[in-house]
Amino acid sequence: MSSTFAVRGGQAPTAPAAAPATGAEHRQTDRTDLTEVTARIREHVVTMCAGREGGHVGGSMSLVEILSVLYFRVMLVDPGFPAWPDRDVLLLSKGHGGIGLYATLAEAGYFPVERLAEYGEHGSPLMAHPNTEVPGVEMPTGSLGHGLALGIGFALANRLDDTDRRTFVVMGDGELQEGSVWEAASVAAAHRLDGLVAVVDRNGLQITGATAEVNDLEPLADRWRAFGWRVFEVDGHDVDALTDALSAAPGQDRRPTVVIARTVKGKGLPMVEDQARSHYAKLGGRQHRLALEALRKARRP
Amino acid sequence: MSAPAVPAPPKAPSSREVYRDILTELMPRDERVVCLDTDTGLFGGVDFGPAAGRYVNIGIAEHTLMGAAAGLAKQGRVPFANTMAAFASSRAIEAVKINIAYNDLPVRIAATHSGVSAGHLGATHHSLEDIAAMRVLPNMTVVVAADAASTDSLVRQALALPGPVYLRLGRNAVPDLPAGPPVVLGQAQVLRQGTDVTIAACGAYPVLSAWEAAEELSGLGIDATVLHVHTVKPLDTATLAAAAGITGTVITVEEHWRAGGFGAAVAEALTELLPVRVHRLGMPDRFVSVSGSQRYLLDRAGVTAAAIVERATSSVKG
Ligand SMILES: Cc1ncc(C[n+]2csc(CCOP(=O)(O)OP(=O)(O)O)c2C)c(N)n1
Ligand SMILES: [Mg+2]
Repeated sequence: MSSTFAVRGGQAPTAPAAAPATGAEHRQTDRTDLTEVTARIREHVVTMCAGREGGHVGGSMSLVEILSVLYFRVMLVDPGFPAWPDRDVLLLSKGHGGIGLYATLAEAGYFPVERLAEYGEHGSPLMAHPNTEVPGVEMPTGSLGHGLALGIGFALANRLDDTDRRTFVVMGDGELQEGSVWEAASVAAAHRLDGLVAVVDRNGLQITGATAEVNDLEPLADRWRAFGWRVFEVDGHDVDALTDALSAAPGQDRRPTVVIARTVKGKGLPMVEDQARSHYAKLGGRQHRLALEALRKARRP
Repeated sequence: MSAPAVPAPPKAPSSREVYRDILTELMPRDERVVCLDTDTGLFGGVDFGPAAGRYVNIGIAEHTLMGAAAGLAKQGRVPFANTMAAFASSRAIEAVKINIAYNDLPVRIAATHSGVSAGHLGATHHSLEDIAAMRVLPNMTVVVAADAASTDSLVRQALALPGPVYLRLGRNAVPDLPAGPPVVLGQAQVLRQGTDVTIAACGAYPVLSAWEAAEELSGLGIDATVLHVHTVKPLDTATLAAAAGITGTVITVEEHWRAGGFGAAVAEALTELLPVRVHRLGMPDRFVSVSGSQRYLLDRAGVTAAAIVERATSSVKG
């Protein structure tokens, strides 16, 4: 198998004559059932964490509904043509959720799910942090605190192009301890970038413990409001609540939007759920089996 | 491209663990020492005992880390600033320059995951510019850790320095280096004395590759000097120039961009002292965009014993 993908993000063989088939309809009112797809993404993540390197399991599991709602309901994208100029853009600022993003992109059709098995292998483009060689990945991230500034650039470009394309930036809550996030937050509000939507994966944990103990972020919603943002607070595992918040039309006051998504780190894996140690794991054969069993049990009604 | 054979990693502690254990031992003994953490996870499970109040985890904030370390140092403390090498040397570099180096303050920057030791974590977590960034700063001492034993010695010696120190630490356990004379900070360690070519190496795998190459070269009738250069700044130009004076050709080997790093420092120094050719082996001028272990990525980039042998034979015999 070649070490690169046939279709590379940012390059397309030909421009589509009309709006592409899969991305033609704006998905803002889409209520596609996501039960199966979120379950499959979780299984992919767990299986990738059982590979040679292990992976960022906790922060990938907490993201699953956020990414699924964006790619399967909200964003206007074409997985067959990742560089489609009219697409909405997602930047995974918490780049360590890379395997969650790869699994979502594969399920959305950007590349075959079989290729997820290459994650962490020698010579594979599937590195732990998002690699732009992988179709659908817009920007390389992984150093925390860069995504919101990048998002400002995308949002400004959209304004200059006079389109209503949107830019979504997904951040970790620990990531908000980086000062660069707040510098960018101030710029986005000052320039009324209402096409910019930030999502905070509010799982309450970082590597060394609870965000509340390491470097508290509360009152988080008030902080964003004070910076001039419109704030939604939702259950980050409730796909309909996420859909409503993520697809809300910009208001008259043209503020950027932040969705604070309350999540559970390691969601779906009872053995590590809501524990800091879920951050990174290399699952052995038995742990892998138990994790898959737990996911499948949760899936049965 | 076919994957080169990659040996299983050894079990000795990594240089970051060696450093952590020394700091843990030191904290209760020296009231001045403060351990500043940025959510690294390196100190998980560590008990600092009566010194626990001098462990401060500020969260994910590397720029603040360097400023706070400078403030502490100005007030008489000896702060250890902990982060990954990539974040120390690129994200926080201005605070390192202005607040720490400019004031010549005794901050110890403990930079883990250096070079490509972050492996599959990818280019955002590789630090291939840090030696370049740190060695150009006035007052900064730059120390590159290799195996567990030399790291132990270097970290202890660095503690005595009056000014700022950049400790370049790795993420992974690495094999032991060949035995040699004692490791003295500021002096190149002469592992092998030859007459035909000087191989000057910096970092664990570069030194191991240099050693392996020297053995192979000796079978080919080429007698190599091997220098383990752990202190990039101040650079031991005397030992380098003496070796180069005997052998002529110098080959440098490092886990860093070819541009601006250890090899560049050697070339800068030697070019003012004597007419020798310096070949620099290091990471080529492109970001690493594939997954792989540290060893795999170095092999792929041509930082290998085979490449050293090739250079040595073509320049010595050619
Ligand atoms: C600038 C920077 N500093 C440190 C790290 C190392 N790091 C990776 S993930 C992480 C914790 C992130 O916590 P959070 O943002 O809450 O993510 P989540 O809980 O969703 O995994 C840290 C410190 C990094 N990737 N980038
Ligand atoms: Mg978190």
